[in-house]
Amino acid sequence: MKRGRIAFQGAIHEVTQAADGRVQLADGRLLNEADVSWLPPVVPGAVFALGLNYADHAKELAFKAPEVPLAFLKGPNTIIGHRAKTRRPADATYMHYECELAVVIGKTGYQVSKAEAMEMVAGYTVANDYAIRDYLENYYRPNLRVKNRDGCTPLGPWLVDAADVPNPMALKLTTRVNGKTTQQGTTSDMIFDIATLIEYLTSFMTLNPGDIILTGTPEGLADVKAGDVIETEVEGVCCLINTIDDDQTYFATV
Amino acid sequence: MIKQKVSGTVYGVVLNDHASVRKIGADALAAAPYKGAPKAPAMYIKPANTRVACGAAVNLPKGAKTVEVGATIGLVMGRAAARLTRANALDAVAGIVLAGDLSLPHDSYYRPAIREKCFDGSLPIGSVKPLVDLSSLVITTKIDGNVVEQRSLADLVRDPAQLLVDVSEFMTLSQGDVLLVGVSYMAPQAGAGSQVKISAEGVGSLQFSIAGVQA
Repeated sequence: MKRGRIAFQGAIHEVTQAADGRVQLADGRLLNEADVSWLPPVVPGAVFALGLNYADHAKELAFKAPEVPLAFLKGPNTIIGHRAKTRRPADATYMHYECELAVVIGKTGYQVSKAEAMEMVAGYTVANDYAIRDYLENYYRPNLRVKNRDGCTPLGPWLVDAADVPNPMALKLTTRVNGKTTQQGTTSDMIFDIATLIEYLTSFMTLNPGDIILTGTPEGLADVKAGDVIETEVEGVCCLINTIDDDQTYFATV
Repeated sequence: MIKQKVSGTVYGVVLNDHASVRKIGADALAAAPYKGAPKAPAMYIKPANTRVACGAAVNLPKGAKTVEVGATIGLVMGRAAARLTRANALDAVAGIVLAGDLSLPHDSYYRPAIREKCFDGSLPIGSVKPLVDLSSLVITTKIDGNVVEQRSLADLVRDPAQLLVDVSEFMTLSQGDVLLVGVSYMAPQAGAGSQVKISAEGVGSLQFSIAGVQA
């Protein structure tokens, strides 16, 4: 089952994906996915992101792969839904996407072993974890000004039940900018797999339903400009679309 | 009586007082891995699992023996706030809280310190009190009855209004979110069995204990 959340006709709806791909409301109404306002598929709890979790990406950024997971946190301000706009500030010279498999936690757990970790997973969705490298500083890096900007982490559109993703560690990741493929990888290249990440995080903190782990991105980063349409897709999960706005458009008042 | 509760995300900042900047040292800030003093506020997030109330007994995670007690004040947001100015920043604040921002000792701020700063119970936090003049507020930390730190918010690099301006420039703070105004670099440490009390005149006090260490 694929579940989503949308705003439609003045209300928030929990929706599912119909067999023909359309968006189905609980009362049976069917809508085209491009015609609705998408919300993140879950109300986010604690959101974790992983740095340097793909060997090729660590190499691309000239880093040694980390010995423990390089996890950082995000606030709810940065999470937005499918088909939304993300701002590229006027002074940015390098803003890049990051296509990531997002793991949504479905149970409360503390000190969960690797063997039991996958039972914690409710499902999967897709994240685009934008970074603006101009603002990178070496304090709790990657710092919040790079990674926790308003609307800089699109998420969705669908939450796919864990049961429908039998092997999350062998999924293709693809990013297309204006239709041209710029990033390709596979979740099988993760340095710390999902079960290891859950074991690590729950070794010191409780994970709860709605918490989300963005599992990192492979190589293939590129600068994006205002007007660019970015599609981040994870095989068997979903394809997330986002468009870049410049300051003038983003802050325009009607 | 303040109706606003702490209900959202807690954000914190390091190196926001001159004493901490001096302690880490200009040479260290200029050298690798920092390669320069921070420009934007050096921030971190304390997620919901970290928050515990006054009177809590905090367990340290496996392998940890002591914890730094980062005594600080949190600004509790009364409304959604973004792109604040110095003139209106404090209008968005509903009240303040005393907080004991606990961290497993880490002397490097280079990488995000999730295990060190986000373990369950690592943010004892008081009830929300009315905003008072913070410009020279003194926060006192006692461990087992002994004063281990007294710090004045007069020493802040960015005062509360400026911190709100610089943070809300790139991220919206929501109603119920909290912005901690800064903790000391290598703050005093407490161990298993310690009783901790943090107080400030006009703001009351916050007490908690360090329950123990997991085998």
